[in-house]
Amino acid sequence: LSLRAVNSSRSAFASFLFAPLFFQLYEPGSAGPDTELFRCKVHMKSFLGIFRSLPSLEKSVGKCLILLKPRASRLVLQLHCKYGVTKTHNLAFQECERLQAVFDTQRCASRLRAPARVLAEAVVHFPLTLAEVTLGTGPGGKISLRNYVEDEAEPSKTMVTELWLAEDEFQSVAVAPGSHITFCLKEFRGLLSFAEASNLPLTIHFDEPGRPVVFTLDDTVLEVHLVLATLSDLKSSSQSPSTNGVSHLPAPSDDFADDLESYMAAMETSEGGSGGPPSPTFPLRTPRPAESDPEEEEEEEGAVPGTPPHKK
Amino acid sequence: MRFRAKIVDLACLNHFSRIINTIARLAKTCILRLTVCKLYFILSDKAANGGASMWCELSQGNFFDEFQMEGVAAEHNEIYLELVPENLSRALKTAQSAKAVKIKLTNKHCPCLRVAVELPSLSSSSRIVTHDIPVGVIPRRMWNDFREPSVPDFDVSIYLPVLKTMKSVVERMKNLSNFIVIEANLSGEMNLKIETDLVSVTTHFKDLGNPPWASEDGCQSSPQGRDLESMAEACIDIKKLQQLLAGQQVNPTKALCNIVHKRIVHFILLHEEVSLQYFIPAIA
Repeated sequence: LSLRAVNSSRSAFASFLFAPLFFQLYEPGSAGPDTELFRCKVHMKSFLGIFRSLPSLEKSVGKCLILLKPRASRLVLQLHCKYGVTKTHNLAFQECERLQAVFDTQRCASRLRAPARVLAEAVVHFPLTLAEVTLGTGPGGKISLRNYVEDEAEPSKTMVTELWLAEDEFQSVAVAPGSHITFCLKEFRGLLSFAEASNLPLTIHFDEPGRPVVFTLDDTVLEVHLVLATLSDLKSSSQSPSTNGVSHLPAPSDDFADDLESYMAAMETSEGGSGGPPSPTFPLRTPRPAESDPEEEEEEEGAVPGTPPHKK
Repeated sequence: MRFRAKIVDLACLNHFSRIINTIARLAKTCILRLTVCKLYFILSDKAANGGASMWCELSQGNFFDEFQMEGVAAEHNEIYLELVPENLSRALKTAQSAKAVKIKLTNKHCPCLRVAVELPSLSSSSRIVTHDIPVGVIPRRMWNDFREPSVPDFDVSIYLPVLKTMKSVVERMKNLSNFIVIEANLSGEMNLKIETDLVSVTTHFKDLGNPPWASEDGCQSSPQGRDLESMAEACIDIKKLQQLLAGQQVNPTKALCNIVHKRIVHFILLHEEVSLQYFIPAIA
């Protein structure tokens, strides 16, 4: 079962892939080798509304059943609760084409792996309202996190917070020296709280500024990817900000959109729209509606050992 | 001009953080004055603050394990900095379990107070978080703008009721009106009043006690001739009063206010290691 989402500005993409073993019972339905893979989208708010209060769910719900009723165009979520109470939610769905971000963690120059707790303790020093954060490498193999200050903000009025983590706080560090990337902290926090709750180590794959950063969580029955756009490095790092107020560079927010279009190929209408524009760095990928694509395995980093092969 | 200081004791750090949090509630921007022995947080009565002013004084020895300061010149061994106390408050907020906190005045791209927090970690070296808080250096010629305000020629001086009680009363009144009248007399009675078109609410406090002010030089008009029952009052912005009370997380050793009839209310809150004075002008 795969759950995916992309934000409206197409600067963030998340995918959760659950192996059948994650579930108590997993029946993919009457799918034969020739049947198309079923894909649909549901309203986020409706879906989230069912799982609104986690503490009360943990106390009262014994089982959760997810059932697809294609003829009625309904996705049914049934919560079997205590005292014989059953709550059934019927969500309307829309069939859709594949949503897939184009990324390749193998091609990233740098990789960091740390327990979620270390990263959670690191981001606590930044205010919840902070939009972007810069992850960088420093002397002595240290890794830094710093709040990103936009060009428009006055440098003499903005507080700058920087945190340094030693290399041995990480489970593995393989970074290009002097590298750094800037990404949206708010979106990362979401994944981080999930990682902390499930006690999974988080791997960060990144490359040059402008290329997307990929956060992954791996488990025997679950694979999570979060792909975020990063800020392009349009000025050299040694240049001091806003010399005489004249700026020849486009505002940072534009960079996000520009970089995004190159890397995201998503189709949301059921009519096959055009695929994304060809990426200058990654091979052109036009999502094919049907059968198993050998390249798809590569993106999902191969089948996770120990799980039954994905049924297509 | 140099400044470096270090706090190692967690209790001192928490206490210092609480003071900064109180200051941050009262002023968006304020002056930090550093001398060899003391730190002062000063807000002068400009129109931008709604006329309110603040003077907070603490002895550095009660908080810092190390404190080195070199002022602008030998005869003027002080430093005046303008800063946003909320930044300092945020920097200290996540330092609750720190091994040490160092504060240093630096000037990389612009003058900053660099707060470096050393945090424990499971690895061989500690985690370091630095917060560069931009500050403005106040030139010596402007120092006179920030002198300690003198105690006004008050009509009534009275001890405040238990702050927690006063806070909850004022908070409820804030929902009904933007202005509150504080009135008190020399018989230990104080009333907090609000009045709108629809409703008027008064809370009465009694047996509060009036502090004895020694009239040292006779310039202080002694309230001897004053009728003990007669109330001095001032109508002030209720939000300012609420902010002052909300910022008090620990009960002060002494809390009192001086009322100049229809002019200004002068609050004095004394704790063991810090004193806070807050002036709220009366609305015309």
